Amino acid sequence: MYGSTNLSEEEAKRMNTTVEDPEKLEAFESRIARGEKIEPQDWMPVEYSKQLIRMIEQHAHSEIVGALPEGTWITRAPNFRRKLALIAKVQDEIGHGQLLYSAAETLGKTREEMLNDLLSGKSKYSNVFNYPALTWADIAVIGFLVDGAAIVNQVINSKGSYGPYCRALERICYEESFHLKQGHDNVVYLATGTKHQRAILQDAINRWYRPLLHFFGPPDKQSAHSEKLMKWKVKLASNDDMRNQFLDQYVPKIWELDITFPDPNLKKNDDGIWEFSDPDWNEFKRVINGDGPCNAERIAVRKFAEEAGRWVRQALMNPSEKYVVPLA
Amino acid sequence: MNTLDPRIKRLSLDPSTEVEKTNSHLITYEVFHQEKRGKHVTHVGIVHASNPEMALVMAKEVFGRRGKTTNLWVVKTSDVYTFGSDDEDMFETTPEKTFRDPAYYKVRDRIEKFQNKQKFEHEQRT
Ligand SMILES: [Fe+2]
Ligand SMILES: [Fe+2]
Repeated sequence: MYGSTNLSEEEAKRMNTTVEDPEKLEAFESRIARGEKIEPQDWMPVEYSKQLIRMIEQHAHSEIVGALPEGTWITRAPNFRRKLALIAKVQDEIGHGQLLYSAAETLGKTREEMLNDLLSGKSKYSNVFNYPALTWADIAVIGFLVDGAAIVNQVINSKGSYGPYCRALERICYEESFHLKQGHDNVVYLATGTKHQRAILQDAINRWYRPLLHFFGPPDKQSAHSEKLMKWKVKLASNDDMRNQFLDQYVPKIWELDITFPDPNLKKNDDGIWEFSDPDWNEFKRVINGDGPCNAERIAVRKFAEEAGRWVRQALMNPSEKYVVPLA
Repeated sequence: MNTLDPRIKRLSLDPSTEVEKTNSHLITYEVFHQEKRGKHVTHVGIVHASNPEMALVMAKEVFGRRGKTTNLWVVKTSDVYTFGSDDEDMFETTPEKTFRDPAYYKVRDRIEKFQNKQKFEHEQRT
């Protein structure tokens, strides 16, 4: 998931014990219940803002880091049209990062603090970007299925309660529809192409299947829940519900191309619920904790960009200007 | 470092390097976007920049990539003045001011009543 709302046990405990002014809390909660948005200048519970910062920040980092596996394929795109589309998509993703950093900033954490925390490993980003893009078919699968999964997540989150995050997501979802379409186009071309093109597509699907199941986070029965986050419309759908929605929308679109998923148990039950084999949640934990195929590389590239651009930022800095928290 | 990516291989990065922390930031500008000549200019978000010219360049990249744009405005965040959200109640009585509302002025009933009365009186006389 882009911005994870899975709490550690300790956090879940703290959420239920923090004491807030009951009158303000009541007004805050009834505003959300009425479907109104919360704006940065409003009173809000400490935990609300803390969880939002974490979630939006993670989402922002995911956009920036997510552009890395795709970005390196720009010079190797198979033709000029694909190259233009990929450049535009990568630029969009960086733009999404900018919009999301801004939304998190309205809650009082500066962009530089967030970037520092990404480099030090204190902040996470989506696990799915710790896997390599080995061939051009990976770019097709990322564009179609990783962005597809991200859209399921982002459309749901755009119905949340925090104004700046919702506005950023509305803008983002509009651009994501282009990512999805060009990804699907790319997948369809490979699937209807030569034997070799079909083979690299099948291979990419085989490798991305499990990371895609991991994308929405651990099964509901394993993850610490917070009713409060649901009530505050920070979390709007459970991991399992989002995963099911994703499978329902995208599995048939791969099957119709006579491409398979590497899971004999993948099927839709009569009750509309998709069944699949255990995607190895230990691997998920291992990769999140730094032991994935590309974790070190992703952070090393970010560090390089940070270091190489430092002198430019320093030269631009005007010491008489005072930073204030952005408005909306 | 060990990578399959030719571009990253060429950078010969060392993942163990510590990066200096940045603690100062560029200031933010609020960005306003006008879609078409004649349309309202509306707030769309913020950018970080060192001066208004750079803010416009950034705003063009972030908010003018697709769709229509005729112009963008940027204003230093610290130059924007707003009411506090605690003052929101001062707008509460606005919807009650129906005398400002065109729909409040309904005279049709009154005219019909008057005309019926006229007609009745006329019939009485003849
Ligand atoms: Fe994105
Ligand atoms: Fe995307």
